[in-house]
Amino acid sequence: MSAVASPTPSPAPVRSEARAARSERLRLLLRSPTVLIGATVIGFWLFCAIFPGLVAPYNPIFDNQFSTSEPPNWSHPFGTDTNGRDIFSRVLAGSRNILLIAPAATLLGTLLGTILGLLTGYLRGVVDDVASRLIDAVLSLPLIVTAILIVTAVGNSSRWVVVLIIGLIFTPIVSRTVRAAVLAEAELDYVQAARLRGERAPYTMYSEILPNVMSPVVVEFTVRLGYAIFAVASLTFIGFGVAPPSPDWAAQINQYWTLIDPYWWMTLFPALAIASLVVAVNLVADSVREVYER
Amino acid sequence: MSIVADTKKALDITDLELVYRVRGIDRPVLRGVSFSIERGRSFGLVGESGCGKSTAALGIVRYLPRNGRISGGAVSVAGRDVLSLGGRELRDYHARTVSMVYQNPGSALNPALRVGTQVAEAFTVLGASRSEAGTRAQEALMKVQIADPSSVMSRYPHQLSGGMQQRVVIAMALAKDPALLILDEPTTGLDATVEAEVLDLVAQLQAELDTAVLFISHNLGVISKMCDRVGVLYAGRLVEEGPVEVVLHDPRHPYTVGLLRCIPRGGVRKDHGRLDTIPGFLPSLGSDIPGCVFADRCALADERCHSEEPAITEVASGHLARCFHHERAHSLPREELADLALPAVNRAADPLIRLDDLGKIFHQRGHDVHALVGVSATIWPGETLGLVGESGSGKTTLARTLLGIVGASSGTVELERRRLQPLFQKRTRDDLRALQIVFQNPDSALNRRHSVRRILLRSLRKLAGVGGAEAETRVQELAAQVRVTERTLTQKPAQLSGGLKQRVAIARAFAGDPKLVICDEPTSALDVSVQAAILNLLVELQAERGVSYLFISHDLGVVRYISDRIAVLYLGRLQELGPADVVFDGPHHPYTEALLSAVPIPKSRSRGKKRVILTGDVPSPINPPPGCHFHSRCPYAMARCRTVVPTLREVMPGHWASCHLHDGGVTIPLARPAAA
Repeated sequence: MSAVASPTPSPAPVRSEARAARSERLRLLLRSPTVLIGATVIGFWLFCAIFPGLVAPYNPIFDNQFSTSEPPNWSHPFGTDTNGRDIFSRVLAGSRNILLIAPAATLLGTLLGTILGLLTGYLRGVVDDVASRLIDAVLSLPLIVTAILIVTAVGNSSRWVVVLIIGLIFTPIVSRTVRAAVLAEAELDYVQAARLRGERAPYTMYSEILPNVMSPVVVEFTVRLGYAIFAVASLTFIGFGVAPPSPDWAAQINQYWTLIDPYWWMTLFPALAIASLVVAVNLVADSVREVYER
Repeated sequence: MSIVADTKKALDITDLELVYRVRGIDRPVLRGVSFSIERGRSFGLVGESGCGKSTAALGIVRYLPRNGRISGGAVSVAGRDVLSLGGRELRDYHARTVSMVYQNPGSALNPALRVGTQVAEAFTVLGASRSEAGTRAQEALMKVQIADPSSVMSRYPHQLSGGMQQRVVIAMALAKDPALLILDEPTTGLDATVEAEVLDLVAQLQAELDTAVLFISHNLGVISKMCDRVGVLYAGRLVEEGPVEVVLHDPRHPYTVGLLRCIPRGGVRKDHGRLDTIPGFLPSLGSDIPGCVFADRCALADERCHSEEPAITEVASGHLARCFHHERAHSLPREELADLALPAVNRAADPLIRLDDLGKIFHQRGHDVHALVGVSATIWPGETLGLVGESGSGKTTLARTLLGIVGASSGTVELERRRLQPLFQKRTRDDLRALQIVFQNPDSALNRRHSVRRILLRSLRKLAGVGGAEAETRVQELAAQVRVTERTLTQKPAQLSGGLKQRVAIARAFAGDPKLVICDEPTSALDVSVQAAILNLLVELQAERGVSYLFISHDLGVVRYISDRIAVLYLGRLQELGPADVVFDGPHHPYTEALLSAVPIPKSRSRGKKRVILTGDVPSPINPPPGCHFHSRCPYAMARCRTVVPTLREVMPGHWASCHLHDGGVTIPLARPAAA
C-alpha cells in the first residue's frame, strides 16, 4: 500500500519538535525570574550547609568571653550571642540540619504517598474505602501537634525520628493528590489495553500509570518541601531533632526568643534565614506548579 | 468605524493573514484568505484538521488565543470593519452582530444556571427587561422546535440531551438576530439522527431569518446539505471556492479531488476495491512554502508548482481554484494499490464467535438499566460484522461484554464452540489474545510515556509470549505490516499524527495473532484521508490473516465499505441483521431506514426525496416503551407495536429483522448458522 509509504514527515522537524517540547518546561522554568531568585537563595544555603567553613568568618561554636551579646557591628554584622559566638557564622552554618531533614522527610512522604495513591486509585474498592477513611482521619489532625505527640510518645527525638514523623504525616496528603491523578489516568484506554493483554496490577500501576502521574508528584514534592522546612523548624524550636551547641536556626530562636528585648538580633537573623528558605522554596514550587499543571 | 458601502455582504474577508506566535516565531496559519457571504446565504468552509478552519472563525469574531494575531487583510461584517474595533465597540459587535455556535454544546452552556436563565440573559444583554426577556426566551425556544419550552427552561443543561442542548445554544445565538451566524462543527458530536434534525432546523431558520451563515465542517456531506457556496481550506490557503454542487461534482483543485475520493460512498465495498488516500502530510504549522501549499502531496505537481505560488483563478463563472493544472485536476492519478484477494467467508464452517441470548443489566441508582437484551449473533472467521445504532443503543456495551470488561448478566459468548468466561480476568492467555480491541481515540489508547517499540514489545511478550531477539524481529515485522517506519518505533505517541497512532494501536491488537478484533469507531477521530488509509490497512490485514472484525461506527458509508454483514441495535436489542447490501438496499427495519435517511444528502438533490425523520430522543433504557421499543419513534407504528414485542425473524435467507411489518415469515432460531 503505497498510500502510506512515508507515514512520517521528514525526520528533522519531528525530532527537533520533540526535543523542543521536552525542554519546554525547563526553558519556561529557567526563564522565570522567581525561579532564578528562589534557586539562588536555595543554592546559597546549600553551599553554606556543605562548606560552612568556607563562608563563615568565625567558628560558629567557639565561645568568646570577651564579646558577649554585642549588637550588629562591623566585625560581627549580625552581632554575637550571650556566649559571644558570632551570629553571622552561626546563621550561615545553621542551615545544615534543616536542609537535611526537610528534603529527606519530603522525599519519604512523597514516596509513600505516591505508593498509597497508586494503590487506592487503581485498586479502588475496599482498599480505597478503608485507606481513604483513614487518610481523612489523619488529615483532620493538626500537623505540628501530631508530630509533638508522636515524638513524645516515641521518646526519642533524633533527626531520623523527625524525618520519619514528618514523612508519615505527609503521606496521606500526597496520596490524595496522586490518587486523584491515578483515577483519571486509569479511565484511559491504554490502561484497559494493558489489562486486556493480561497485565497484572503491579505492572499496570508501576509501568503504565506511574510515569503518567509524575507531574503531580513533582509538584507535590516541591510544595511539601516548603511545609517540611517549616515543620522541621517548628519541631526544632520546641526542642526536637537537634541538640545545642550545634548551630541551628530554630534552636537559636528557641534559645534567645525570651531575650528578644533588648537582644533582638539573636532572634531576628535566624528567623530571617528560615523565612528566606521557606519563601525561596515556595517561589520555586509556585513556578513548578504553574509549568507542570498547564 | 468605517462604513463600507456594500451592505449586501454580511461577511467580507479580503487577504486575511493570521499568525500564531509559537516559541518566539510568528507562524502563519491563514495565508491571504478571501471570501464573502451575502446576506441570507450560507458558506461552507471545509478542510482537514489543522488547515485553519476554526482559526478563521475565531479571527472573524476577534476571539483569538493570546498568541494569535491578525497580521494583515481586512474583515468586515455587515459593513463594519471588524479589525479596527476597540473595546466597547468590540463588545457591541459581539452582543449584536455576530453569533457563534461551537461543537460541544455541553461546554457552551453554564452547568450551574438553569436553561431559562441563560437564554433570557441573551435578551437582557440586548436591553430587554427581566420579564420581557423571559417571554422572549420562551419564544426563542419554541422557534428552535423545543416542544415544551417552560419545562426545558426550568432544567439544568446536564438534564438535556446533546441535541436539545445544541438547540438551546442555537436559540441563544439567534436571540440577537445576528448579521452573521458562525457554526463550527455544530453537529459533529451528535448522533446522525439528531444531526439530521439539527441541520434541518438550522436550514429552516436560515430561510426564515436574513442571517448569513458560515458553516465550518470536515464533513462534506453536511456542507453539501447546508451551504450555497463552499471554500476548501488547505494549510491556511483557500485552494478552491465555488457553488457547492459545482465544487463537489467538478472539483478543480487536486486536494478537493483527493478529499472527495477518500470518502467511501455510493455503496462501495471492500471487495470492490481499495479506497483512495492522499499520500503525505499537511505541512507543519507555519512552515515556509515557496510554491503551491499542496505541491508536496500532489501527483500532478511539476517543478513550477514547487517554486511558484499559483494565483486563484476563475475556472468557471463563480468557481475559483488555486492551481496551475486546474483543467486536468479530475485526472489526478490514483495511487497504484495492489488488488487484494479477500478470501470468501465460509458460513458453512464453524462460527468463530457465537453470542447466545446475551443480556446485560446495569444497576444504576436503584434502577435496572437493560443495556443489552437477548442479543444473539454469529461471526464467522474472516468476516466483518458492522454494528450500528445511535448512542445509547448498546454498541459499546456489546463490545465490552465480548471482551469481558463487563460480565454478561445472562446468555453466553462462545469462541470456536467453547464457552468463554464472562470476565477477562478469568480468561486464559489464548482467549485474551484471540479477542483484541482498537479504540476510538488513538490519543488515550497509547501510553504517552512509552515509545512505540516498547508498546509493541510488551504486547508481543504478553500476547505472543515472545521475548529477546525474537521479539525484536517480530516488532519489525509488525511495524512493516502496519506501515510504520523504523524511526517511528523510537518515538512516543505525542510525536505521531493521529493516523500513525491508530496504526500503532492496530499493530498492538495484532501482536498476538487475534481471531477477532473489535474496532470501536476506529476512524471517527481521524480525517477522511487518514480514515481511508486506516480502512485500507484493516482490509489488508484481514486478507493476510483471515481475522474477523466487529466494526462499530456511526458512519454508514464506512460501515458499508468494510462490513460483510451488518447488525443494527436499538436500546440494546438487535433490530436487524443481514448482509451489508441487503440491509442498506432494503426492505429495512424502519429504524435502519431512519438511520439511513439521516445521512446528509446535498441540498440540490434533497427535494422530493422521501426522508424518514426520527423525532424525539432515544427513550431511557430504564423505562423503555412497552411492546416494540422503537414504536414511540417509528413512523409506521401500528396498534400491535404498542403491546406486542416483535421477535427477530428471518425475512429473507440470512436476513433477520425484528418488526411486525415483516410478520408472516417463519421464526428461525438465530443462533443456528445460516447457509452461506
